[in-house]
Amino acid sequence: MARITLSNLAHSYLPNPASPADFALKQMDHVWQDGGAYALLGSSGCGKTTLLNIISGLVRPSQGRVLFGDRDVTDAETAARNIAQVFQFPVVYDTMTVRQNLAFPLRNRGKDAAYIKARVDQIAAMIGMEAILDRRAQGLTADAKQKISLGRGMVREDVNAILFDEPLTVIDPHMKWELRTQLKSLHREFGHTMIYVTHDQTEALTFADKVVVMSEGTVVQLGTPEELFETPAHTFVGYFIGSPGMNLLDASIAGTCARLAGAELALARDYGTPQGRTQIGIRPEYVTLTEGTGLPFALTRVEDVGRHRIVRGTVEGQPVNVVVPEGQALGAHLTHVSFAAERINVYADDWRIEGGAA
Amino acid sequence: MDKVQNNKAWFLVLPVLVVVAFSAVLPLMTVVNYATNDTFGNNQFFWAGLEWFEEMVTSSRLHDALGRQILFSGIILAIEVPLGIYIALNMPKKGAWASLCLVLMALPLLIPFNVVGTIWQIFGRVDIGLLGRTLAALGVDYNYTNDPVDAWATVVVMDVWHWTSLVALLCYAGLQSIPQAYYQAARIDQASRWAVFRYIELPKMKGVLLIAVLLRFMDSFMIYTEPFVVTGGGPGNATTFLSIDLVKMAVGQFDLGPAAAFSLMYFLVILLVSWVFYTVMTSLDRQEGR
Amino acid sequence: MALELDEVGRAVKGQVHIQPTTLTLDKGTMNVLLGPTLSGKTSLMRLMAGLDAPTTGRIRWHGQDVTGQRVQDRKVAMVYQQFINYPAMSVYDNIASPMRLMGKPRAEIDRAVRETAEMLKLTPMLARKPLELSGGQQQRCALARALVKGAGLVLLDEPLANLDYKLREELRAEIPKIFEASGAIFVYATTEPEEALLLGGRTATLWQGRVTQFGPTTEVYRRPADATTARVFSDPPMNFLPCDKAGGRITFADGAVLPAAGPLADLADGPYTAGFRANHLHLHAASPSAMGFDCTLGVTEITGSETFLHITHGPDRWVALVHGIHDLTDGAQVRLWLDPAHIYLFTPKGQLAAPAAYAMAA
Repeated sequence: MARITLSNLAHSYLPNPASPADFALKQMDHVWQDGGAYALLGSSGCGKTTLLNIISGLVRPSQGRVLFGDRDVTDAETAARNIAQVFQFPVVYDTMTVRQNLAFPLRNRGKDAAYIKARVDQIAAMIGMEAILDRRAQGLTADAKQKISLGRGMVREDVNAILFDEPLTVIDPHMKWELRTQLKSLHREFGHTMIYVTHDQTEALTFADKVVVMSEGTVVQLGTPEELFETPAHTFVGYFIGSPGMNLLDASIAGTCARLAGAELALARDYGTPQGRTQIGIRPEYVTLTEGTGLPFALTRVEDVGRHRIVRGTVEGQPVNVVVPEGQALGAHLTHVSFAAERINVYADDWRIEGGAA
Repeated sequence: MDKVQNNKAWFLVLPVLVVVAFSAVLPLMTVVNYATNDTFGNNQFFWAGLEWFEEMVTSSRLHDALGRQILFSGIILAIEVPLGIYIALNMPKKGAWASLCLVLMALPLLIPFNVVGTIWQIFGRVDIGLLGRTLAALGVDYNYTNDPVDAWATVVVMDVWHWTSLVALLCYAGLQSIPQAYYQAARIDQASRWAVFRYIELPKMKGVLLIAVLLRFMDSFMIYTEPFVVTGGGPGNATTFLSIDLVKMAVGQFDLGPAAAFSLMYFLVILLVSWVFYTVMTSLDRQEGR
Repeated sequence: MALELDEVGRAVKGQVHIQPTTLTLDKGTMNVLLGPTLSGKTSLMRLMAGLDAPTTGRIRWHGQDVTGQRVQDRKVAMVYQQFINYPAMSVYDNIASPMRLMGKPRAEIDRAVRETAEMLKLTPMLARKPLELSGGQQQRCALARALVKGAGLVLLDEPLANLDYKLREELRAEIPKIFEASGAIFVYATTEPEEALLLGGRTATLWQGRVTQFGPTTEVYRRPADATTARVFSDPPMNFLPCDKAGGRITFADGAVLPAAGPLADLADGPYTAGFRANHLHLHAASPSAMGFDCTLGVTEITGSETFLHITHGPDRWVALVHGIHDLTDGAQVRLWLDPAHIYLFTPKGQLAAPAAYAMAA
């Protein structure tokens, strides 16, 4: 196992990239700590799969170095990097049994039979497949096949990192729960470095200790799930994390006061007079409907999601969503919204600014 | 999956059924007629029962032709299938080279059979053919008109030249359908080239490969035009395959009864082999679906 | 004016794909088919569309029997999980194609195409080819093609499954609006309970080829008719705990006792299974009547504002969704609280014996 360092890394699929737009992955420096559970989160085309393929060695970066521990592996073959990868669609060797599948990476590396058998039995127990070890892999369900792919990765003891490329795409919701928790407990137990690529925020946040949010080839924030939720560094993170995402309202900022079209709002911190386009961001979870305090709210639609309701409407002509917990009554008397002041983030040109003490 | 039934569509098939009746069923009945009767012309027929069949089944001439035929088909399959797979594996996967390769590969398939025969007939001639002259210049004693082994070699090489592309193209199509993730996973698992072939490529090619083998078997089992043009079945009877023998019997000697019985049995053999193939293929499919 | 399925079933070679089902989908309703993969959602849709013929039962459209009628002769549109468009045609031509096939006059086609494109926010992309669009736009184009011909029945088979999470969220919010504007009967298949709730309308839950319940979406969610429906319509999965009712008291498997008040009072004595959803378990007692359960913590997952706790309670595996961030250590002992108003009771055969009190109030 090893720490993975990306130094001065960038990649373009074009031979002679001219403008920044030609880069699928813009220049970045990043360190993946040994034994960490990371998620790479972003919409399709944001460069997350490119980054994953650079780490696994399937793509050679057009610039920069990749280091595993202190070893430079930029030019090393995939096989030489000792990584494992689980793909979006389950990859199993159809003609082999589950046991042969799990043993395959070890057999290729010339391990002796007794060791292979012991190790395969151990892995099968970990992924809960002891009972079907001697069945052919072909007819198994998608989630079972995905477990085999995972098992094939973990069977090597010297594996540096396990990479996941949207591994739950073809899995049913109720099986996702099982696979996700299994992954998490395997990580807790064995401490492999895991990097998990996904567009699904629930998967990313629940799996990872640290989430890397990417947009248009750039890392916009690296943080814990809590940080991404409470203090998104960029409006994209605010929008992308949470469903619905953060409410963003254009406002002019002066010290501890935010001025919307026709109303004023007190802020918990002093932001001075930021330049550029200024916005305040507030999570729908921190907005409450009131009978008169706060800002006037025009309701357009209520969606009942079971454990809470999403109330959609506008404040001063700008869309605002409110999350109302189950069991709390709604009614025509609720005409205003109030924002929890300490939960408001302030953005200038899409980047979060840290205010001073008020 | 059965769809909503509407029987009116049968009327659309009717013209085809009529054409098939006249082009296939009626001639076949004529053959059956010849096979079970003896005739001396003038449309006079005498019932012969299974006499012709008995004669043919016990005829050493037919046995020899059948033996040559099986040997020929065996050799053809043994060369063309591995060679086709090998070519398919080494063809470029995409880009301009892939298109060029595909066009080059398809070329031999587009040449009419008798032209292929003529090309090789001239190509192999010791006096004017490029191959024949070259071999002679190299001191190889090659003459397909005199030497049975040379004749066989020529016919086999010609067939390989003509038809290997078909196997290769089918395999290529099968290979193209393998998702890239499989190769990536194999690289990560440190699988050898052979293991990638054995556990990823071959299983995924199995379906098309069976079709290729079936097509090549039936085609080679019925081969007529090319060897007829090159060797005329000679020297002696060395390259007289079933079809050539059949034509000799029917047209050359005008033995219509035996020839008809012969062709019916020939037909049944091919039907039987095709059925075996079909059964094997569908049972493999069923295993896959499990 | 409706699509009626009357004991419609389908079996292929003795294997039942769809058990005899009776459903009435009213004009202008959004109907969600909710169930896991292979539960029969697509099979049921194919029967509705006329792509497959039912082996039993009749299908009526506006009172007229259309069983066995060809799909081409019905006013049906379908959108699939894959984005199916004509790649060589522009978006405009793609949307126009169903109307051209019907031989409509050019002016009418143009008007309809532009209206539909406007509704689906495709107007700026009309001249482009589908493959030059993002996944969400491609699927919108396919939706526009389904809507433009004014089909009375629009079938959507997991249309958002291949889209990114965030795009899915956006389209999901748009679909009810589009549907309201079209006035057609929408049928929407999904595997995700949350999607069903967001779409609203009515939901039919499917399990192994059987429609287990059909009704207004939130009602099916809050008052499932049986344990199967509750299981299908819960994400995270519903938690279960065996219990016994005797003499006005309900005793749970771990010894906890609950006085059988309210709707529970009238229940016959005997064994039951209690069911409750993950978000109703709390780390603190939310009401004085809350019952505490001692559990062992497995994995915790943090979503940013909430925490999933995977726990074991005796032999049962549960999931709790609690507010706030709680980074608890694996294997820790935690006491989780449950308000009895959130408990559903099911008979040993899985039928709902008593709905949760809160659901009656809602």
